[in-house]
Amino acid sequence: MFDGFINSLYIIASIFFILSLGGLSHQESAVRGNVFGILGMILAVGGTIAAKSLDSIGIVIGMMAVGGVIGILVTMRVRMTAMPQLVAILHSLVGLAAVLVGFANFIEPLTEFEGTEKLVHEIEIFVGVFIGAITFTGSVAAFGKLQGLISSSPLMLPLRHWLNLAIVIFCVWLGAEFLTADSLVSGTNFLLIMTLLAFILGLHLVLAIGGADMPVVISMLNSYSGWAAAATGFMLANDLLILVGALVGSSGAILSYIMCRAMNRHFVSVIMGGFGTTSKSSASGESGGEISEIFPDETASLLNSSKSIVIVPGYGMAVAHAQHPVAELTRRLRDKGITVRFAIHPVAGRMPGHMNVLLAEAKVPYDIVMEMDEINEDMPDTDAILVIGANDIVNPSAQEDDDGPIAGMPVIEVWKAKNTIVLKRSMASGYAGVDNPLFYKENNRMLFGDAKDSIDKLVALVE
Amino acid sequence: MKIGIVKEQYPREQRVALTPDSIPKLQKMGFDVLIEANAGALASFSDLAYEEVGATVVSSAKSVFHDADVIVKVRAPDESELDLHREGQYLMSFLWPAQNPELLEKLANSGVNAISMDAIPRISRAQKLDALSSMANVAGYRAVVESASHFGRFFGGQITAAGRVPPAKIMIIGAGVAGLSAIGAATSLGAIVRAFDTRPEVKEQVESMGAEFLDLDFEEEGSGTGGYAKVMSKEFIEAEMKLFSEQAREVDIIITTALIPGRPAPELITEEMVRSMKPGSVIVDLAAEQGGNCALTQPDQVVIENGVSIIGYTDFPSRLPAQSSQLYASNIVNFIDDLCPENDGTLVLDMNDDVIRGATVTLDGEIKWPPPPVEVSAAPVQKLDASTDVDEAKAPPKKKFRLAPYAFILALASILGVGVFAPPSFLAHFTVFVLAIFVGWHVIWNVTPALHTPLMSVTNAISGIIIVGALLEIGAVNPWVKIFAAVSILIASINIFGGFFITRKMLKMFQK
Repeated sequence: MFDGFINSLYIIASIFFILSLGGLSHQESAVRGNVFGILGMILAVGGTIAAKSLDSIGIVIGMMAVGGVIGILVTMRVRMTAMPQLVAILHSLVGLAAVLVGFANFIEPLTEFEGTEKLVHEIEIFVGVFIGAITFTGSVAAFGKLQGLISSSPLMLPLRHWLNLAIVIFCVWLGAEFLTADSLVSGTNFLLIMTLLAFILGLHLVLAIGGADMPVVISMLNSYSGWAAAATGFMLANDLLILVGALVGSSGAILSYIMCRAMNRHFVSVIMGGFGTTSKSSASGESGGEISEIFPDETASLLNSSKSIVIVPGYGMAVAHAQHPVAELTRRLRDKGITVRFAIHPVAGRMPGHMNVLLAEAKVPYDIVMEMDEINEDMPDTDAILVIGANDIVNPSAQEDDDGPIAGMPVIEVWKAKNTIVLKRSMASGYAGVDNPLFYKENNRMLFGDAKDSIDKLVALVE
Repeated sequence: MKIGIVKEQYPREQRVALTPDSIPKLQKMGFDVLIEANAGALASFSDLAYEEVGATVVSSAKSVFHDADVIVKVRAPDESELDLHREGQYLMSFLWPAQNPELLEKLANSGVNAISMDAIPRISRAQKLDALSSMANVAGYRAVVESASHFGRFFGGQITAAGRVPPAKIMIIGAGVAGLSAIGAATSLGAIVRAFDTRPEVKEQVESMGAEFLDLDFEEEGSGTGGYAKVMSKEFIEAEMKLFSEQAREVDIIITTALIPGRPAPELITEEMVRSMKPGSVIVDLAAEQGGNCALTQPDQVVIENGVSIIGYTDFPSRLPAQSSQLYASNIVNFIDDLCPENDGTLVLDMNDDVIRGATVTLDGEIKWPPPPVEVSAAPVQKLDASTDVDEAKAPPKKKFRLAPYAFILALASILGVGVFAPPSFLAHFTVFVLAIFVGWHVIWNVTPALHTPLMSVTNAISGIIIVGALLEIGAVNPWVKIFAAVSILIASINIFGGFFITRKMLKMFQK
């Protein structure tokens, strides 16, 4: 009876989780979606505690209180520019938890299994721990790269694909040994060795991926953390975990797919890393011509005399923490009756939706923040475009150069506007190592310097 | 090479081909600059100003023609100047090659390599060279100023203690560069501006300048090649004339800028319409040189007919000499920059370059006019884009179509395989798993990209559901298991609380 009640609680929780994800699809319903998620979590956790762990209630409440306080304190302090790091490190926690629960469940299963069921159960444990371990170290590596603790350039070991393959094959062999192990100790040892190997694999996979591919990596790790939860659900025979894990897993997979499509690249080639290494040689041959420099006062008068302005932010804006001055500039220009809109490329920044969050933080109204596809056709009627710390996402060679490394990647067609101004630190090429012909176009001007300083100057000049 | 500037000979011409601030740029490219004394005086540029930037001022046009390798001018050379030209000398100027075949012949005979600033093809690459647009811009502005000085009232409406002043109503015909410039000038003086053009695509430009676009209830596309207008059908013209006669009765000022390349200007404002206008009204006819858009226009004169002033000046740019000289000079400098790729002070006329080919009218004793046609204007480019789009759209599905069915069959087969070999208890969970994937798939597809980050943080919080697994294990006897479970509860809680909290924080920031 009581089990039945718990199960119905789980069903209700599942419904809340689905509603939560559905709610997150639109601005209007997003806050409600988050509330649904919280409700689902309260039901799921509360129900489980009431049913299964009343005798350890002290530990449970203590741990949850500590974890909750840490979680809230960390997230309260985090700056919006550091969101990708935060998301990465939170993913790693799910991975680690999956590993720990997997070990715990192997050492002391909830119920005793026999025959095929035992075999299946052990496969579930093995797979769950494997995914959890990759998620854990992969996320830690991603965190390190985003936080700047390790170099964001891809780590290129010789034979790296073979290395990965060797690890996977060895893990499969360990799995076979693990399934046939006759004692708890030897089984644990096999599981432990596999976990260490999976740690290495996760680390290596992400280290081989460069900084600008981070949107894919983050959403991929998001997906992995879901699958890890689902695998844990299988091993514990818990439908709620399976369902929620699969929801999260597929949502992360879709996000990764969307990100890959925005870069016109295959998922496999992104997660295997190495983008940009072959392209550098091909692009270095031609340097595109002359650039024209512009200074803040001319830029300001150009902006003042424009009717329609589009701002294209990129990772450089996040690095320079320029979102607040950008928002202030936007406000002033809009007060003068000038139409100002933002064009966001799907992979701008280091995380899906990164730019939107930064602009929202700086209180830029979301209805002037447009997606690339919404705004591309308006480019010819735009008087001035400010490109702030973006490079590859506005590179015309994606459309003009059929053999280039970014050929076919959808880009924001800024060069069709009457004037473009690129704010840039120096003439270094973008992440893809491709020269950007935009800089040499006749209607383009370069405004060199730190993005925040430059925008601050513009804010002062636009009155 | 030496670049020479002479005083314009044409009557009442006040412009000068290069201004003092353009000269350092030429010097940077390796040129020396000679200028005839007083050449810039009418445009308020003194000889001293030229000397200060390093130009050499010489006393007569004769010595400029003698010493310079490149002559830059505004108006086409007259007879006396033609005699002064040397063989192999370059000339950059407005030449109107289509209207002046004899001039071309003379230039070719004397071996002058002539570049006509009005023959530059209208493609986006050449915009910075487009002297016609620069002059049209000045003309449009000046037309408004000219009309204001003949119009006896304010442009902007006012409510004063002495009563109400209505705003002036202005109709502008032809929304090319001059028309748009006039719209800008007139709206900023506070007038109510309406504009008409046969090309419907300029409607947005007109509206963006703050004017009302006069729509014609008639379907006909008026765009010719090169962004210019073309001749319209008879029915269209009738509808158009009806609109103009209605407007003529209502507006105070009409500015006409309608020109079709290589043809006399169309007559749009009839005598009858002029008579229907209010006394004190003003018509400015920017097409006066080509015969005028108004039936009563007299070139270079102001005619007053029935109380309506009709301004037919043909030298609007010259009436704003400092401004038009400055714009013309930058066009010239930009062109010389293109003609001098090595920055070594020599001109190279590259006949493979469409822009240079189009503008070169005589070269090495031969007449090069008219140039082979250049595909211009935005329309063909758009077509090109569309076709590449189609190609792109075609290509990826091919790949997918080959792969997707196999993947799908494989997925179905593996589901069946699971069903055959796995125990029934597993299958129940497997059902939930597969269905949940599909639910997730469908729910997530609709997410607006702006919400990707909040979506990720909320799924992150939700994947903290792994805490349930830890809660199930916490009751274990084995101390290791207990510790593992406890740690899992701790870190999963960080996830749950942190994830929901940060999502909330982010969503709060999104605001309209």
